[in-house]
Amino acid sequence: MSVSPLRVENLAMRYHTQPVLEGVSFDIPAGSSVAILGPNGAGKSTLLKGIMGLAPLMQGKVSVFGGALTDQRLKVAYVPQRDESDWDFPIQVMDVVLMGRHGHLKFWQRPSSVDRALAKQALQKLDMLPYQNRQISQLSGGQQQRVFLARALVQQADLYLMDEPFAGVDMMTEKAIVGLFEILKQQQKTIVCVHHDLNTVAEYFDWVILINHGLIASGPVETTLTPEIIAKTYGGRIPLGLKLGTQRKGNGRF
Amino acid sequence: MNDIWILATASLVASSCALVGVLLVLRRLSLLGDAISHSVLLGIVLAYLVMGERSEMAMMVGAVLMGLLTAGLTQLLQKNPHIQSDVSIGVVFTSFFALGVVLIAIYAGQIDLDQECVLYGEIAFVPFDTVVWGEQSLGPRAFWLALAVFLINVVVIGVAFERFKLMAFHPLLALSLGLSVPFWHAMLMTLVSLTTVASFDAVGAILVVALLVIPASSAYLVATSLKAMMGWALVYAQLSVLLGYGLAVWLDSAIAASIGVMAGGLLLLTLAIQQLLKPKASQLNLS
Repeated sequence: MSVSPLRVENLAMRYHTQPVLEGVSFDIPAGSSVAILGPNGAGKSTLLKGIMGLAPLMQGKVSVFGGALTDQRLKVAYVPQRDESDWDFPIQVMDVVLMGRHGHLKFWQRPSSVDRALAKQALQKLDMLPYQNRQISQLSGGQQQRVFLARALVQQADLYLMDEPFAGVDMMTEKAIVGLFEILKQQQKTIVCVHHDLNTVAEYFDWVILINHGLIASGPVETTLTPEIIAKTYGGRIPLGLKLGTQRKGNGRF
Repeated sequence: MNDIWILATASLVASSCALVGVLLVLRRLSLLGDAISHSVLLGIVLAYLVMGERSEMAMMVGAVLMGLLTAGLTQLLQKNPHIQSDVSIGVVFTSFFALGVVLIAIYAGQIDLDQECVLYGEIAFVPFDTVVWGEQSLGPRAFWLALAVFLINVVVIGVAFERFKLMAFHPLLALSLGLSVPFWHAMLMTLVSLTTVASFDAVGAILVVALLVIPASSAYLVATSLKAMMGWALVYAQLSVLLGYGLAVWLDSAIAASIGVMAGGLLLLTLAIQQLLKPKASQLNLS
Protein backbone atom coordinates (compact mmCIF):
# COMPACT_ATOMS: atom_id res chain seq x y z
CA MET A 1 0.00 0.00 0.00
CA SER A 2 1.42 3.32 -1.01
CA VAL A 3 -1.39 5.61 0.15
CA SER A 4 -0.82 6.83 3.66
CA PRO A 5 -3.72 6.03 6.00
CA LEU A 6 -3.24 9.37 7.71
CA ARG A 7 -1.48 12.50 6.56
CA VAL A 8 -1.58 15.75 8.51
CA GLU A 9 -0.29 18.93 6.89
CA ASN A 10 0.54 22.13 8.76
CA LEU A 11 -2.31 21.72 11.23
CA ALA A 12 -3.12 24.43 13.77
CA MET A 13 -5.85 24.32 16.41
CA ARG A 14 -7.10 26.59 19.17
CA TYR A 15 -9.12 26.24 22.31
CA HIS A 16 -11.16 29.46 22.43
CA THR A 17 -8.40 32.03 21.86
CA GLN A 18 -5.59 29.87 23.26
CA PRO A 19 -3.40 28.24 20.59
CA VAL A 20 -3.06 24.51 21.34
CA LEU A 21 -1.34 23.14 18.26
CA GLU A 22 0.66 24.81 15.55
CA GLY A 23 2.44 23.67 12.43
CA VAL A 24 1.90 19.94 12.95
CA SER A 25 2.68 17.80 9.91
CA PHE A 26 3.24 14.07 9.71
CA ASP A 27 2.58 11.03 7.66
CA ILE A 28 2.31 7.47 8.94
CA PRO A 29 2.92 4.15 7.17
CA ALA A 30 0.01 1.79 6.50
CA GLY A 31 -0.38 -1.10 8.91
CA SER A 32 1.66 0.55 11.64
CA SER A 33 0.77 1.07 15.27
CA VAL A 34 1.46 4.64 16.25
CA ALA A 35 1.78 6.24 19.68
CA ILE A 36 1.14 9.96 20.07
CA LEU A 37 3.28 11.10 23.00
CA GLY A 38 3.69 14.35 24.85
CA PRO A 39 3.27 15.98 28.26
CA ASN A 40 -0.14 16.78 29.75
CA GLY A 41 -1.84 19.60 27.89
CA ALA A 42 0.44 19.19 24.87
CA GLY A 43 -2.59 18.84 22.62
CA LYS A 44 -2.63 15.06 22.06
CA SER A 45 -6.39 14.56 22.46
CA THR A 46 -7.04 17.80 20.62
CA LEU A 47 -4.99 16.48 17.71
CA LEU A 48 -7.13 13.32 17.53
CA LYS A 49 -10.31 15.40 17.67
CA GLY A 50 -8.98 17.66 14.93
CA ILE A 51 -8.19 14.66 12.73
CA MET A 52 -11.71 13.28 13.34
CA GLY A 53 -13.34 16.64 12.58
CA LEU A 54 -14.73 16.80 16.12
CA ALA A 55 -12.98 20.09 16.85
CA PRO A 56 -12.39 22.92 14.36
CA LEU A 57 -9.05 23.37 12.60
CA MET A 58 -7.65 26.89 12.42
CA GLN A 59 -5.41 25.88 9.60
CA GLY A 60 -4.05 22.82 7.85
CA LYS A 61 -5.30 19.73 6.13
CA VAL A 62 -6.02 16.17 7.18
CA SER A 63 -6.25 13.37 4.62
CA VAL A 64 -7.09 9.76 5.31
CA PHE A 65 -6.31 7.14 2.67
CA GLY A 66 -5.53 9.97 0.28
CA GLY A 67 -8.94 11.64 0.55
CA ALA A 68 -11.15 13.72 2.78
CA LEU A 69 -12.36 12.13 6.01
CA THR A 70 -15.96 13.14 5.35
CA ASP A 71 -16.10 10.90 2.27
CA GLN A 72 -14.97 7.82 4.20
CA ARG A 73 -15.86 8.32 7.84
CA LEU A 74 -16.65 4.67 8.43
CA LYS A 75 -13.09 3.71 7.48
CA VAL A 76 -11.93 5.54 10.60
CA ALA A 77 -12.99 4.34 14.05
CA TYR A 78 -12.62 6.68 16.99
CA VAL A 79 -12.35 5.55 20.60
CA PRO A 80 -12.98 8.56 22.85
CA GLN A 81 -11.31 8.97 26.21
CA ARG A 82 -13.12 6.87 28.78
CA ASP A 83 -13.97 9.79 31.07
CA GLU A 84 -15.64 11.68 28.23
CA SER A 85 -18.56 9.26 28.40
CA ASP A 86 -21.59 9.07 30.65
CA TRP A 87 -21.16 5.67 32.31
CA ASP A 88 -24.42 6.06 34.27
CA PHE A 89 -26.36 6.09 31.02
CA PRO A 90 -29.10 3.43 31.05
CA ILE A 91 -27.65 1.19 28.36
CA GLN A 92 -26.30 -2.33 28.20
CA VAL A 93 -22.93 -3.50 26.91
CA MET A 94 -24.39 -5.09 23.76
CA ASP A 95 -26.17 -1.85 22.80
CA VAL A 96 -22.98 0.18 23.11
CA VAL A 97 -21.08 -2.26 20.90
CA LEU A 98 -23.89 -2.21 18.33
CA MET A 99 -23.42 1.56 18.04
CA GLY A 100 -20.35 0.69 15.98
CA ARG A 101 -22.78 -0.50 13.31
CA HIS A 102 -24.86 2.69 13.29
CA GLY A 103 -22.85 4.29 10.54
CA HIS A 104 -23.73 1.32 8.32
CA LEU A 105 -27.47 1.60 9.08
CA LYS A 106 -30.13 4.01 7.85
CA PHE A 107 -31.78 6.02 10.59
CA TRP A 108 -34.92 3.91 10.62
CA GLN A 109 -33.08 0.58 10.65
CA ARG A 110 -32.44 -1.56 13.71
CA PRO A 111 -29.27 -3.66 14.02
CA SER A 112 -29.76 -7.01 12.25
CA SER A 113 -28.79 -10.50 13.39
CA VAL A 114 -25.60 -10.11 11.34
CA ASP A 115 -24.77 -6.93 13.27
CA ARG A 116 -25.43 -8.76 16.53
CA ALA A 117 -23.19 -11.65 15.51
CA LEU A 118 -20.40 -9.18 14.69
CA ALA A 119 -20.89 -7.49 18.06
CA LYS A 120 -20.65 -10.84 19.84
CA GLN A 121 -17.45 -11.69 18.00
CA ALA A 122 -15.96 -8.35 18.97
CA LEU A 123 -16.93 -8.84 22.62
CA GLN A 124 -15.44 -12.33 22.49
CA LYS A 125 -12.12 -10.96 21.21
CA LEU A 126 -11.96 -8.67 24.23
CA ASP A 127 -13.12 -11.31 26.73
CA MET A 128 -16.28 -9.33 27.39
CA LEU A 129 -18.95 -11.66 26.00
CA PRO A 130 -20.16 -12.79 29.47
CA TYR A 131 -20.96 -9.14 30.24
CA GLN A 132 -23.08 -8.45 27.16
CA ASN A 133 -26.29 -7.86 29.13
CA ARG A 134 -24.74 -5.81 31.93
CA GLN A 135 -25.55 -2.18 32.35
CA ILE A 136 -22.37 -0.22 31.67
CA SER A 137 -22.39 1.42 35.11
CA GLN A 138 -21.75 -2.02 36.65
CA LEU A 139 -18.43 -2.48 34.84
CA SER A 140 -14.92 -1.70 36.06
CA GLY A 141 -12.93 0.99 34.28
CA GLY A 142 -10.97 -1.58 32.30
CA GLN A 143 -14.12 -3.42 31.27
CA GLN A 144 -15.65 -0.14 30.12
CA GLN A 145 -12.58 0.49 28.00
CA ARG A 146 -12.91 -2.97 26.43
CA VAL A 147 -16.56 -2.25 25.58
CA PHE A 148 -15.48 0.87 23.74
CA LEU A 149 -12.80 -1.04 21.86
CA ALA A 150 -15.32 -3.69 20.87
CA ARG A 151 -17.52 -0.86 19.63
CA ALA A 152 -14.68 0.38 17.43
CA LEU A 153 -13.93 -3.15 16.22
CA VAL A 154 -17.45 -3.81 14.87
CA GLN A 155 -17.20 -0.68 12.79
CA GLN A 156 -14.74 -2.67 10.64
CA ALA A 157 -12.63 0.40 9.97
CA ASP A 158 -9.16 0.52 8.45
CA LEU A 159 -7.76 3.21 10.72
CA TYR A 160 -8.30 3.22 14.50
CA LEU A 161 -7.81 6.41 16.49
CA MET A 162 -7.81 5.76 20.24
CA ASP A 163 -7.58 8.34 22.99
CA GLU A 164 -5.60 6.89 25.94
CA PRO A 165 -6.97 3.34 25.80
CA PHE A 166 -4.39 2.18 28.36
CA ALA A 167 -5.16 4.92 30.90
CA GLY A 168 -6.17 3.55 34.29
CA VAL A 169 -6.90 -0.01 33.17
CA ASP A 170 -6.12 -3.30 34.91
CA MET A 171 -3.59 -5.86 33.68
CA MET A 172 -6.25 -8.05 32.10
CA THR A 173 -7.54 -5.16 30.04
CA GLU A 174 -4.05 -4.14 29.02
CA LYS A 175 -3.47 -7.69 27.77
CA ALA A 176 -6.80 -7.69 25.95
CA ILE A 177 -5.94 -4.40 24.23
CA VAL A 178 -2.54 -5.72 23.18
CA GLY A 179 -4.26 -8.83 21.84
CA LEU A 180 -6.62 -6.60 19.87
CA PHE A 181 -3.64 -4.71 18.41
CA GLU A 182 -2.24 -8.01 17.15
CA ILE A 183 -5.52 -8.92 15.48
CA LEU A 184 -5.74 -5.50 13.84
CA LYS A 185 -2.12 -5.66 12.67
CA GLN A 186 -2.70 -9.05 11.08
CA GLN A 187 -5.54 -7.48 9.14
CA GLN A 188 -3.20 -4.69 7.96
CA LYS A 189 -5.14 -2.07 9.94
CA THR A 190 -3.47 1.08 11.20
CA ILE A 191 -3.67 2.08 14.86
CA VAL A 192 -3.02 5.54 16.28
CA CYS A 193 -3.13 5.88 20.07
CA VAL A 194 -2.68 8.77 22.43
CA HIS A 195 -0.39 7.16 24.98
CA HIS A 196 1.06 8.25 28.29
CA ASP A 197 3.32 5.43 29.47
CA LEU A 198 6.75 5.81 27.90
CA ASN A 199 7.84 2.47 29.36
CA THR A 200 5.50 0.47 27.18
CA VAL A 201 5.88 2.43 23.94
CA ALA A 202 8.56 0.20 22.42
CA GLU A 203 6.61 -2.90 23.36
CA TYR A 204 3.21 -1.88 21.99
CA PHE A 205 4.01 0.47 19.12
CA ASP A 206 6.30 0.63 16.12
CA TRP A 207 5.98 4.33 15.25
CA VAL A 208 5.91 7.43 17.48
CA ILE A 209 4.70 10.99 17.07
CA LEU A 210 5.97 13.33 19.79
CA ILE A 211 4.19 16.64 20.24
CA ASN A 212 4.29 19.56 22.59
CA HIS A 213 2.03 22.20 21.01
CA GLY A 214 4.05 21.62 17.88
CA LEU A 215 5.53 18.52 16.31
CA ILE A 216 8.80 17.45 17.95
CA ALA A 217 9.38 14.27 15.98
CA SER A 218 7.66 11.54 14.02
CA GLY A 219 9.28 8.28 13.03
CA PRO A 220 9.99 4.62 13.83
CA VAL A 221 10.28 3.87 17.55
CA GLU A 222 13.88 2.57 17.36
CA THR A 223 15.31 5.71 15.80
CA THR A 224 12.95 8.33 17.18
CA LEU A 225 12.41 7.52 20.83
CA THR A 226 15.81 8.78 21.95
CA PRO A 227 16.57 10.39 25.33
CA GLU A 228 17.31 13.70 23.54
CA ILE A 229 13.95 13.79 21.77
CA ILE A 230 12.13 12.70 24.92
CA ALA A 231 13.81 15.47 26.88
CA LYS A 232 12.91 17.97 24.16
CA THR A 233 9.27 16.84 24.18
CA TYR A 234 8.83 16.90 27.93
CA GLY A 235 10.74 20.17 28.40
CA GLY A 236 13.80 18.58 29.99
CA ARG A 237 11.74 16.96 32.72
CA ILE A 238 11.73 13.22 32.37
CA PRO A 239 8.24 11.97 33.20
CA LEU A 240 7.85 10.08 36.47
CA GLY A 241 8.34 6.38 36.36
CA LEU A 242 10.42 6.29 33.23
CA LYS A 243 13.41 3.99 33.57
CA LEU A 244 15.72 5.29 30.89
CA GLY A 245 18.13 2.72 29.55
CA THR A 246 16.01 -0.09 30.87
CA GLN A 247 13.23 0.44 28.42
CA ARG A 248 11.68 -2.85 27.55
CA LYS A 249 12.70 -3.81 24.07
CA GLY A 250 10.09 -4.84 21.58
CA ASN A 251 9.63 -8.56 22.09
CA GLY A 252 9.16 -9.34 18.46
CA ARG A 253 5.41 -9.25 18.56
CA PHE A 254 5.33 -6.11 16.53
CA MET B 1 -67.69 13.30 30.45
CA ASN B 2 -65.69 16.46 31.18
CA ASP B 3 -63.59 14.56 33.70
CA ILE B 4 -62.66 12.02 31.06
CA TRP B 5 -61.61 14.72 28.58
CA ILE B 6 -59.51 16.42 31.23
CA LEU B 7 -57.84 13.18 32.27
CA ALA B 8 -57.26 12.07 28.69
CA THR B 9 -55.73 15.42 27.75
CA ALA B 10 -53.53 15.49 30.83
CA SER B 11 -52.46 11.92 30.20
CA LEU B 12 -51.44 12.61 26.60
CA VAL B 13 -49.62 15.80 27.53
CA ALA B 14 -47.76 14.02 30.33
CA SER B 15 -46.86 11.13 28.00
CA SER B 16 -45.40 13.43 25.36
CA CYS B 17 -43.44 15.29 28.01
CA ALA B 18 -42.17 12.01 29.47
CA LEU B 19 -40.85 10.74 26.12
CA VAL B 20 -38.96 13.88 25.07
CA GLY B 21 -38.07 14.51 28.72
CA VAL B 22 -36.07 11.26 28.80
CA LEU B 23 -33.90 12.45 25.91
CA LEU B 24 -33.47 15.88 27.51
CA VAL B 25 -32.55 14.50 30.93
CA LEU B 26 -30.03 12.05 29.45
CA ARG B 27 -28.34 14.77 27.44
CA ARG B 28 -28.27 17.00 30.54
CA LEU B 29 -30.46 19.44 28.64
CA SER B 30 -33.30 19.81 31.16
CA LEU B 31 -32.56 23.52 31.41
CA LEU B 32 -32.82 23.90 27.63
CA GLY B 33 -36.22 22.18 27.81
CA ASP B 34 -37.20 24.70 30.44
CA ALA B 35 -36.00 27.50 28.17
CA ILE B 36 -37.87 26.27 25.11
CA SER B 37 -41.07 25.75 27.06
CA HIS B 38 -40.97 29.44 27.94
CA SER B 39 -39.81 30.97 24.70
CA VAL B 40 -42.43 29.15 22.62
CA LEU B 41 -44.87 31.59 24.22
CA LEU B 42 -43.40 34.28 21.97
CA GLY B 43 -43.95 31.99 19.00
CA ILE B 44 -47.57 31.44 19.96
CA VAL B 45 -48.20 35.16 20.45
CA LEU B 46 -46.58 36.01 17.11
CA ALA B 47 -48.68 33.30 15.43
CA TYR B 48 -51.80 34.97 16.87
CA LEU B 49 -50.73 38.39 15.66
CA VAL B 50 -49.85 37.19 12.15
CA MET B 51 -52.97 35.07 11.65
CA GLY B 52 -55.29 37.42 13.54
CA GLU B 53 -57.05 34.43 15.10
CA ARG B 54 -56.35 31.19 16.91
CA SER B 55 -54.83 28.68 14.53
CA GLU B 56 -53.27 25.47 15.85
CA MET B 57 -51.16 25.07 12.74
CA ALA B 58 -49.71 28.59 12.99
CA MET B 59 -49.14 28.14 16.71
CA MET B 60 -47.15 24.98 16.13
CA VAL B 61 -45.07 26.54 13.36
CA GLY B 62 -44.43 29.65 15.45
CA ALA B 63 -43.50 27.60 18.50
CA VAL B 64 -41.12 25.33 16.59
CA LEU B 65 -39.38 28.28 14.95
CA MET B 66 -39.04 30.00 18.31
CA GLY B 67 -37.84 26.79 19.97
CA LEU B 68 -35.14 26.29 17.32
CA LEU B 69 -34.20 29.97 17.55
CA THR B 70 -33.80 29.59 21.32
CA ALA B 71 -31.59 26.52 20.96
CA GLY B 72 -29.56 28.12 18.17
CA LEU B 73 -29.12 31.48 19.88
CA THR B 74 -28.10 29.73 23.09
CA GLN B 75 -25.39 27.81 21.25
CA LEU B 76 -24.23 30.98 19.51
CA LEU B 77 -23.87 32.83 22.82
CA GLN B 78 -21.97 29.86 24.29
CA LYS B 79 -19.29 30.28 21.62
CA ASN B 80 -18.23 33.39 23.54
CA PRO B 81 -15.79 32.07 26.17
CA HIS B 82 -17.00 34.69 28.66
CA ILE B 83 -20.58 33.43 28.66
CA GLN B 84 -21.34 30.26 30.62
CA SER B 85 -23.80 27.84 29.08
CA ASP B 86 -26.42 28.25 31.82
CA VAL B 87 -26.12 32.03 31.51
CA SER B 88 -26.68 31.92 27.77
CA ILE B 89 -29.80 29.78 28.24
CA GLY B 90 -31.07 32.00 31.04
CA VAL B 91 -30.61 35.16 29.01
CA VAL B 92 -32.32 33.93 25.87
CA PHE B 93 -35.45 32.33 27.25
CA THR B 94 -36.29 34.92 29.89
CA SER B 95 -36.09 37.75 27.38
CA PHE B 96 -38.16 35.83 24.82
CA PHE B 97 -40.74 34.97 27.45
CA ALA B 98 -40.81 38.57 28.70
CA LEU B 99 -41.30 39.84 25.15
CA GLY B 100 -44.19 37.40 24.79
CA VAL B 101 -45.84 38.70 27.94
CA VAL B 102 -45.33 42.32 26.83
CA LEU B 103 -46.98 41.56 23.49
CA ILE B 104 -49.91 39.88 25.24
CA ALA B 105 -50.36 42.97 27.37
CA ILE B 106 -50.19 45.35 24.38
CA TYR B 107 -52.50 43.38 22.13
CA ALA B 108 -54.79 42.12 24.87
CA GLY B 109 -57.82 42.91 22.71
CA GLN B 110 -56.62 40.84 19.76
CA ILE B 111 -55.05 37.88 21.53
CA ASP B 112 -57.22 35.41 23.28
CA LEU B 113 -54.47 34.60 25.75
CA ASP B 114 -54.50 35.33 29.41
CA GLN B 115 -51.25 35.88 31.34
CA GLU B 116 -52.37 33.68 34.22
CA CYS B 117 -53.38 30.92 31.85
CA VAL B 118 -50.05 31.11 30.01
CA LEU B 119 -48.14 30.61 33.22
CA TYR B 120 -50.26 28.03 34.97
CA GLY B 121 -52.63 26.66 32.34
CA GLU B 122 -56.14 25.75 33.26
CA ILE B 123 -56.91 22.23 32.39
CA ALA B 124 -60.34 22.45 34.02
CA PHE B 125 -61.44 24.77 31.17
CA VAL B 126 -60.15 22.44 28.46
CA PRO B 127 -63.55 20.78 27.79
CA PHE B 128 -65.25 24.08 26.99
CA ASP B 129 -63.21 24.86 23.89
CA THR B 130 -64.32 22.16 21.51
CA VAL B 131 -63.76 21.29 17.89
CA VAL B 132 -67.05 21.36 16.01
CA TRP B 133 -67.58 19.45 12.76
CA GLY B 134 -70.89 20.47 11.24
CA GLU B 135 -73.32 20.05 14.10
CA GLN B 136 -71.24 17.49 15.92
CA SER B 137 -68.87 18.36 18.73
CA LEU B 138 -65.74 16.23 18.47
CA GLY B 139 -64.38 17.02 21.90
CA PRO B 140 -61.90 19.58 23.20
CA ARG B 141 -59.34 21.24 20.92
CA ALA B 142 -56.65 20.73 23.54
CA PHE B 143 -57.29 16.98 23.50
CA TRP B 144 -56.86 16.68 19.74
CA LEU B 145 -53.76 18.85 19.77
CA ALA B 146 -52.27 16.74 22.57
CA LEU B 147 -53.12 13.53 20.70
CA ALA B 148 -51.58 14.80 17.45
CA VAL B 149 -48.36 15.83 19.18
CA PHE B 150 -48.17 12.58 21.13
CA LEU B 151 -48.46 10.61 17.89
CA ILE B 152 -45.77 12.77 16.26
CA ASN B 153 -43.48 12.09 19.22
CA VAL B 154 -44.11 8.35 19.16
CA VAL B 155 -43.56 8.07 15.41
CA VAL B 156 -40.43 10.24 15.24
CA ILE B 157 -38.77 8.76 18.32
CA GLY B 158 -39.90 5.26 17.38
CA VAL B 159 -38.56 5.41 13.84
CA ALA B 160 -35.23 7.08 14.66
CA PHE B 161 -34.85 5.41 18.04
CA GLU B 162 -31.31 4.18 17.42
CA ARG B 163 -30.16 7.62 16.32
CA PHE B 164 -31.66 9.30 19.38
CA LYS B 165 -30.03 6.68 21.59
CA LEU B 166 -26.57 7.23 20.14
CA MET B 167 -27.01 11.01 20.21
CA ALA B 168 -28.04 10.94 23.84
CA PHE B 169 -25.27 8.56 24.88
CA HIS B 170 -22.33 10.11 23.10
CA PRO B 171 -22.70 13.06 20.70
CA LEU B 172 -18.98 12.99 19.85
CA LEU B 173 -19.15 9.32 18.94
CA ALA B 174 -22.23 10.03 16.82
CA LEU B 175 -20.30 12.78 15.04
CA SER B 176 -17.33 10.45 14.48
CA LEU B 177 -19.68 7.95 12.81
CA GLY B 178 -20.74 10.64 10.37
CA LEU B 179 -24.22 11.16 11.78
CA SER B 180 -25.68 14.63 11.41
CA VAL B 181 -25.64 15.64 15.06
CA PRO B 182 -27.00 19.18 14.47
CA PHE B 183 -29.92 17.73 12.51
CA TRP B 184 -30.92 15.28 15.26
CA HIS B 185 -30.42 17.95 17.90
CA ALA B 186 -32.76 20.26 15.97
CA MET B 187 -35.20 17.37 15.62
CA LEU B 188 -35.25 16.89 19.39
CA MET B 189 -35.73 20.62 19.92
CA THR B 190 -38.62 20.54 17.44
CA LEU B 191 -40.28 17.74 19.39
CA VAL B 192 -39.77 19.67 22.64
CA SER B 193 -41.32 22.78 21.08
CA LEU B 194 -44.34 20.87 19.75
CA THR B 195 -44.81 19.12 23.07
CA THR B 196 -44.74 22.43 24.90
CA VAL B 197 -47.34 23.99 22.61
CA ALA B 198 -49.65 21.06 23.17
CA SER B 199 -49.13 21.39 26.91
CA PHE B 200 -49.75 25.14 27.16
CA ASP B 201 -53.55 25.02 27.47
CA ALA B 202 -53.41 22.23 29.96
CA VAL B 203 -50.55 22.94 32.31
CA GLY B 204 -48.95 26.25 31.30
CA ALA B 205 -45.33 27.19 30.82
CA ILE B 206 -44.11 26.51 34.34
CA LEU B 207 -45.62 23.11 35.02
CA VAL B 208 -44.69 21.74 31.64
CA VAL B 209 -41.13 21.80 32.95
CA ALA B 210 -42.20 19.55 35.82
CA LEU B 211 -43.69 17.08 33.37
CA LEU B 212 -40.62 17.21 31.11
CA VAL B 213 -38.10 16.66 33.87
CA ILE B 214 -39.62 14.80 36.82
CA PRO B 215 -41.06 11.56 35.34
CA ALA B 216 -37.91 11.17 33.22
CA SER B 217 -35.71 11.69 36.27
CA SER B 218 -37.67 9.13 38.28
CA ALA B 219 -37.31 6.68 35.41
CA TYR B 220 -33.55 7.37 35.28
CA LEU B 221 -33.31 6.05 38.84
CA VAL B 222 -34.75 2.64 37.97
CA ALA B 223 -34.10 1.93 34.27
CA THR B 224 -31.21 -0.04 32.80
CA SER B 225 -31.91 0.65 29.13
CA LEU B 226 -33.25 3.57 27.12
CA LYS B 227 -36.40 1.66 26.16
CA ALA B 228 -37.05 0.79 29.80
CA MET B 229 -36.42 4.39 30.81
CA MET B 230 -39.05 5.60 28.36
CA GLY B 231 -41.44 2.93 29.61
CA TRP B 232 -40.88 3.88 33.23
CA ALA B 233 -41.20 7.59 32.42
CA LEU B 234 -44.60 6.88 30.84
CA VAL B 235 -45.66 4.92 33.92
CA TYR B 236 -44.54 7.69 36.27
CA ALA B 237 -46.30 10.27 34.09
CA GLN B 238 -49.60 8.37 34.14
CA LEU B 239 -49.40 7.77 37.87
CA SER B 240 -48.72 11.47 38.44
CA VAL B 241 -51.75 12.41 36.34
CA LEU B 242 -54.11 9.97 38.08
CA LEU B 243 -52.91 10.70 41.61
CA GLY B 244 -52.70 14.43 40.89
CA TYR B 245 -56.22 14.49 39.54
CA GLY B 246 -57.43 12.60 42.60
CA LEU B 247 -55.62 15.03 44.87
CA ALA B 248 -57.12 18.03 43.08
CA VAL B 249 -60.65 16.63 43.33
CA TRP B 250 -60.15 15.71 46.98
CA LEU B 251 -58.75 19.11 47.98
CA ASP B 252 -60.74 21.04 45.37
CA SER B 253 -57.45 22.49 44.14
CA ALA B 254 -55.68 23.22 40.84
CA ILE B 255 -55.41 20.09 38.71
CA ALA B 256 -52.17 20.80 36.86
CA ALA B 257 -50.36 21.90 39.99
CA SER B 258 -51.54 18.78 41.84
CA ILE B 259 -50.14 16.65 39.02
CA GLY B 260 -46.81 18.43 39.43
CA VAL B 261 -46.89 17.85 43.17
CA MET B 262 -47.56 14.15 42.68
CA ALA B 263 -44.77 13.81 40.10
CA GLY B 264 -42.36 15.28 42.64
CA GLY B 265 -43.78 13.06 45.37
CA LEU B 266 -43.24 9.93 43.28
CA LEU B 267 -39.63 10.92 42.60
CA LEU B 268 -38.99 11.36 46.31
CA LEU B 269 -40.73 8.06 47.06
CA THR B 270 -38.55 6.26 44.49
CA LEU B 271 -35.42 7.79 46.01
CA ALA B 272 -36.55 6.81 49.51
CA ILE B 273 -37.23 3.21 48.48
CA GLN B 274 -33.84 3.02 46.80
CA GLN B 275 -32.17 4.33 49.94
CA LEU B 276 -33.91 1.66 52.01
CA LEU B 277 -32.80 -1.08 49.64
CA LYS B 278 -29.30 0.30 49.29
CA PRO B 279 -27.41 -1.88 51.82
CA LYS B 280 -28.51 -4.94 49.90
CA ALA B 281 -27.60 -3.39 46.57
CA SER B 282 -24.07 -2.56 47.65
CA GLN B 283 -23.56 -6.11 48.90
CA LEU B 284 -24.65 -7.38 45.51
CA ASN B 285 -22.17 -5.12 43.76
CA LEU B 286 -19.34 -6.42 45.87
CA SER B 287 -20.05 -10.06 45.17
